[in-house]
Amino acid sequence: MDLLEYQGKQLFARHGVAVPSGLPATTVAEAVDAADKIGYPCVVKAQVQVGGRGKAGGIKVAQDRQEAQLHSQAILGMDIKGHTVHEIWVEAASDIASEYYASIVFDRSAKAPLVMLSTQGGMDIEEVAERDPNAIAKLHVDPLLGFQEFHGRRLAFEAGVDEDVVRPIAAILARLYEAFVVEEAMLVEVNPLIITGDRDVWALDAKVTLDDNALYRHPENAALRNPGNEDPQEQMAHERGLTFVKLDGDIGILGNGAGLVMSTIDVVSQAGGSPANFLDAGGGSKAETITSAVEVILANPNVKAVLFNIFGGITRCDEVAKGLIEAFAQINPTVPFVVRLDGTNDVEGRRLLAEANLPNVHAQDTMLGAAQKVVELAQGVGS
Amino acid sequence: MSVLVGKDTRLCVSGITGREGTFHALNNRNYGTNVVAGVTPGKGGQDVEGIPVFDTFHAAVADSGANTAMIFVPPRFAADSILEAQDAGIELIIAITEGIPAHDELRVFNHLSHQSGVRLIGPNCPGILSPGKANVGIIPASFFKEGNVGVVSRSGTLTYQIGNELARAGFGNSSIVGIGGDPVPGSSFIDIIALFEADPETELIVMSGEIGGSAEEEAAEYIAANVTKPVVAYIAGFTAPPGKTMGHAGAIVSGTAGTAVAKAEALEAKGVRVGRTPTETAQIAAQILSA
Repeated sequence: MDLLEYQGKQLFARHGVAVPSGLPATTVAEAVDAADKIGYPCVVKAQVQVGGRGKAGGIKVAQDRQEAQLHSQAILGMDIKGHTVHEIWVEAASDIASEYYASIVFDRSAKAPLVMLSTQGGMDIEEVAERDPNAIAKLHVDPLLGFQEFHGRRLAFEAGVDEDVVRPIAAILARLYEAFVVEEAMLVEVNPLIITGDRDVWALDAKVTLDDNALYRHPENAALRNPGNEDPQEQMAHERGLTFVKLDGDIGILGNGAGLVMSTIDVVSQAGGSPANFLDAGGGSKAETITSAVEVILANPNVKAVLFNIFGGITRCDEVAKGLIEAFAQINPTVPFVVRLDGTNDVEGRRLLAEANLPNVHAQDTMLGAAQKVVELAQGVGS
Repeated sequence: MSVLVGKDTRLCVSGITGREGTFHALNNRNYGTNVVAGVTPGKGGQDVEGIPVFDTFHAAVADSGANTAMIFVPPRFAADSILEAQDAGIELIIAITEGIPAHDELRVFNHLSHQSGVRLIGPNCPGILSPGKANVGIIPASFFKEGNVGVVSRSGTLTYQIGNELARAGFGNSSIVGIGGDPVPGSSFIDIIALFEADPETELIVMSGEIGGSAEEEAAEYIAANVTKPVVAYIAGFTAPPGKTMGHAGAIVSGTAGTAVAKAEALEAKGVRVGRTPTETAQIAAQILSA
């Protein structure tokens, strides 16, 4: 789960990382009220999970009440790279002397957290890495040992931070590491990490990705919602316990197992089609799950044809067939379906489908054949 | 021959009294796997159709001589169960459980890497099948037969797809190893490819990867330097959008890292042939074996 900037800052604050004071707002009135409480000048910041907010006009300084109103009016509802702004964060303006960069990444390859620090903050860190790799100090931390004081000192000296802030930088890295471990994050990034005129170290931005699998241990994080960012169809699927990702195309996809579904999407694309979604019905799906999944797929009005690609292991093909038959009884789809059933109880599944003789349902023997057929149907050929 | 599981396997199932645990433990036994014990805290002394249940792994190992563990408990108990199995002296731990928190996996991986004589497969994997010998996990064994193709995969059903296409072409498997779709798998492609390279029965290795991480790229380097047997690869997720988790916790393209294109190119640069579809992958393997 990706947190919004202000959610990340609130999480940081719980672990003793200094952040500017601020308030969230979803309406102009709330924003002006927040600005009055915080005082002027303040900064009005669009809360969307995409980089380049400043350039897009999503971050503005307000010198007074009138400007706070104008800026929040302009920013609320703004589209930033396809993300609509539903929420803003109003925070006290900061006195910035230097902009640094700090992050902790869950490094899958090294099987350890990777801590990074650079004095070249405030810009895209990937550009910094490309231009001057030595400008980023990095070290891996043994997760069984945890972050030690020397780790922080070493990073600070190797990054070449101003000497008077070595200690506070090392301290803030230790707190960020604590947040990373305690909150079970996959990423904690601060860009910029600022040194103020008074030589304090503050996190001026926060990018936090939490591990979905660990949310059960963190009810306060699990409760954070980001409604503007959640597609209604994805939300519908999520509520039904289906693994679903919305895509741009017009061919609905249902399969069992993440790898097979990814592969199905690739094969359909190679056949000239454009998938509308990723939907993994999971292992051992019962008929109800399949019926429910069909409803989710068809909730997207762009869908012109649907492909079922099932290789049953613990999933039984007869259950899949029953689910599809039930879906036809309940919602009477108008788009064609292509169904490929292999694996556990495949003979029974195919027999059930043949007997039901559903309108516009095409059985196929192979994954490749099924992909080609569904592409034809979506393009209005061969139906 | 086969790798990891076979006639010497003495299996202990953690979570054997749960619905899924019971079903698959019995399924594995019916296939011929020697299932010697189960563990469920508080249910020691019971049995599951003749398989004795113990409260702890230590008691199970002491009494049954188990050398392999299958972890079938819910995510919140799984890391603990893996650590308990290792502490009790189990040599091979196969974790089927999906949804274990990533930081738990990190802790488990780093702890096990400091121990000797223990290997973890998974988590979030379908297990290991050595056709005709033993099945530990949830792989539907009836679709596979004995043969000389070793398969290692991050995905379960995709493995069945490729294995089935190989079977249709007339080829069987030495072993099929699912390493799982999580961010921190206990064993990597490299670990399993090394076992297949050393296994006299295996003549060709199929590796099935997917987007996310860099395990495929690392495998490419390893294969070029260490593997004499032909390796054929498949990568899923060419059309996956960046920043979205595609079902498996580990299957995510972050920026430009972890893309299918990068993985396929890394493998091809090292002489590994990469099929564009599961069908083509099986065809390439069949071609090499028939040559």
